[in-house]
Amino acid sequence: MAAEKVMMKGNEALAEAALRAGCRFYSGYPITPQTEILEYLSWRMEEVGGEFVQTESELAGINMLYGATAAGARVLTSSAGPGFALKQEGISYLCAADLPAVLIDVMRIGNGLGDIAQGQGDYWQLTRGGGNGDYRTIVLAPNSVQESADLIYEAFDLAEKYLHPVIIGSDAAIGQMMEAVTFPEMKEHNIDKFDWTVKGCKPGDTQRIISNVCFYGHPDYEEYLREKYRTIEENEQRWESMQTEDAEIILVAYGISSRVAKEAVRNGRKQGLKLGLIRPITLWPYPVQAFRNLSDHFKGFISVEMNILGQMVDDIKLATDAKYPIEFYGTFFDVPESERIIEIAKTMAER
Amino acid sequence: MSVKLKAPETVTFRPTSFCPGCGHGIAARLIGEIIDEMGLQQDFIPTVDVACGALNMDTWRFDTVMAAHGRPVVVAIGVKKVRKDKLSVAYIGDGAAYAIGMAETMHAALRNDNVVVIVMNNGVFGMTGGQMAPTTLIGQKTTSSPKGRDPKKQGEPFDVVKALGEFDIAYLARASLDCPASVNKAKKYIKKAFEKQMNNEGFCLVEILAPCPTNWGLSPVDSLKHIREKTLSYYKLGEFVDKKGEEK
Amino acid sequence: MTEIICAGFGGQGVLITGMILAYCGMQEGKYFTWYPSYGSEMRGGTANCNVKISEEEIASPYAKHLDILVSMNDVAINKFEPTMKPGAVLMANSSLLAEDRVFRDDIRVVKVPATEIAARLDNPKGTNIVMLGALCKATGLFEEEFMKRSIDEYFAKKGKVNPKNALCFDEGFKAVS
Repeated sequence: MAAEKVMMKGNEALAEAALRAGCRFYSGYPITPQTEILEYLSWRMEEVGGEFVQTESELAGINMLYGATAAGARVLTSSAGPGFALKQEGISYLCAADLPAVLIDVMRIGNGLGDIAQGQGDYWQLTRGGGNGDYRTIVLAPNSVQESADLIYEAFDLAEKYLHPVIIGSDAAIGQMMEAVTFPEMKEHNIDKFDWTVKGCKPGDTQRIISNVCFYGHPDYEEYLREKYRTIEENEQRWESMQTEDAEIILVAYGISSRVAKEAVRNGRKQGLKLGLIRPITLWPYPVQAFRNLSDHFKGFISVEMNILGQMVDDIKLATDAKYPIEFYGTFFDVPESERIIEIAKTMAER
Repeated sequence: MSVKLKAPETVTFRPTSFCPGCGHGIAARLIGEIIDEMGLQQDFIPTVDVACGALNMDTWRFDTVMAAHGRPVVVAIGVKKVRKDKLSVAYIGDGAAYAIGMAETMHAALRNDNVVVIVMNNGVFGMTGGQMAPTTLIGQKTTSSPKGRDPKKQGEPFDVVKALGEFDIAYLARASLDCPASVNKAKKYIKKAFEKQMNNEGFCLVEILAPCPTNWGLSPVDSLKHIREKTLSYYKLGEFVDKKGEEK
Repeated sequence: MTEIICAGFGGQGVLITGMILAYCGMQEGKYFTWYPSYGSEMRGGTANCNVKISEEEIASPYAKHLDILVSMNDVAINKFEPTMKPGAVLMANSSLLAEDRVFRDDIRVVKVPATEIAARLDNPKGTNIVMLGALCKATGLFEEEFMKRSIDEYFAKKGKVNPKNALCFDEGFKAVS
């Protein structure tokens, strides 16, 4: 039987698809614009026999999750902007302890409180490792309701593959909008799948310790860690390219901005402007491979983002050895306009 | 008459990193004995803080989780939610329980979560070198209260019994490690808390008044005397909440 | 592609009006996006949603060149009338409009006393369904029976079956000449 197509918000699709992936533990705290995830799981988690806890803070949310993943469950927490910043302590600890977990950040705008308005204010927080120490996490940025479901479904496998947190970097627009979505089948996860999880030490077993100081006693922790990140960078770059082969100007955008950028490519092409689009799906590892094989007529990039400082621009520079001009078109509160993108592209093309 | 001392099977003979006269070693042994007596060797999952208590990881043969400072209570809840048939215990200091992790302690009690919290109260932050804690006594000098704790500036010492005594929880008790009789009581309270969790009764907190000779600047013997003469005049011992046998 | 905005006061069911249109699109096998007014836009008690329905994959979910505006009040018209394409259809709830209200002359204005009709049918919450009936007749966006059935289906899935909705739809449909 074909899976039923349903109409759902991006946030709800994330929640449902997480359960389908075998997630049976959620702990989190309300904050707009991700609260639908928490609300949805508050009733739905019980239906699938899992544990849902609305915690007293984001800190408690991420740390309760730390215990649950240490004990072997597939776990999820979610937050947004300032709330996600509070989770960075816990993310740093998850990385230190090599623990798999899936986290969602539904981005909004601004520093401090900022505003709940649609935005992409957390690119740096998500891709640089917002806490202390040497870490980054895999960050998957969906640009539709269906992709929200597909990416989070896979995120749990990735987290286990690398024993590492995986973040879904969604945004308010993708989280709030409704589209049709088809869900993958419901999976059950075995909490005894891995030997390393705490489960009670039988006589003769080696004592299992989930420790955030696992470098003590490690034969070569530094090389282990470098190799882990190298492997992820090599294996996990994901992106979507649209008409880049002959493009003179390439737009670079993820999440909701990429939807507007796509419209700009379509409309720009109708006007004879050779536009293309690179849409990073992994914000980390950044899809540097997508920036190879540019056309001979290539003139430059436009980074389209919903923030003020152009948080992704550095990554485009690094991916291209800073060889090409990069324009930044950023919006704050407002959604990027495809007409404005085309205007900027025209100016670049005429240079 | 000869006395035969037998170490609990769940305690290793690796050298510990505890200072001479530290209370953690006694508590670790008590917990090992209780687990042996209850036959829970394969079912006990402690969560420790990054502070001194974490050194118990090397003392025990249990599967153990080490959590961020102040977070063991919620981490232990996370463990318990996933493995309901196991005994999940947060073993932490007074700094973790009553300073940085106060919200976690209070809300775990509010939800009456089925976990046990053992708080080693020595009145200072031990791992960082003896700074003032919420439990530091009035007039007590520490590295961050060099003139002694002043209630006008730093408030009264935190008393968990005043805070949680009226909560709808399963168990709240305070014991001391100052003499053998007290140590036996401590063991009794901890065991009771463990039994209550296995009986799904809800939140249990056992506070243990423990010596910290290094940071108090006293000998091990004088540290015990200090507990008897100073600490016990402020912190009363006993069982303060004991919901008998009702499942949560 | 059809670009629609449904707008009005909070509580007038404008978000659901848009969801029903999106649902009809989905049931016809089309692509759709539904995007709600959100954040600071919502202050002042106004609400709106953008709906796009298309045979092809939809890039941006933001409706900027409207084919249809479903307006439940005056404020909604002030705000969104300028973004309508020439020849687009403005569905106006005339129960809440001044009689001498002036509209753009290059669009088609369909006035429906939706609040009054819904009140007469003793289903005040069905004002938006009256508008949908009228929209069906005025734009032919969906076939009448299909749309009526889809509305019932939509509410049935939410466990909110109300036979009066069909009446509201019919009366809205009839109100358009």
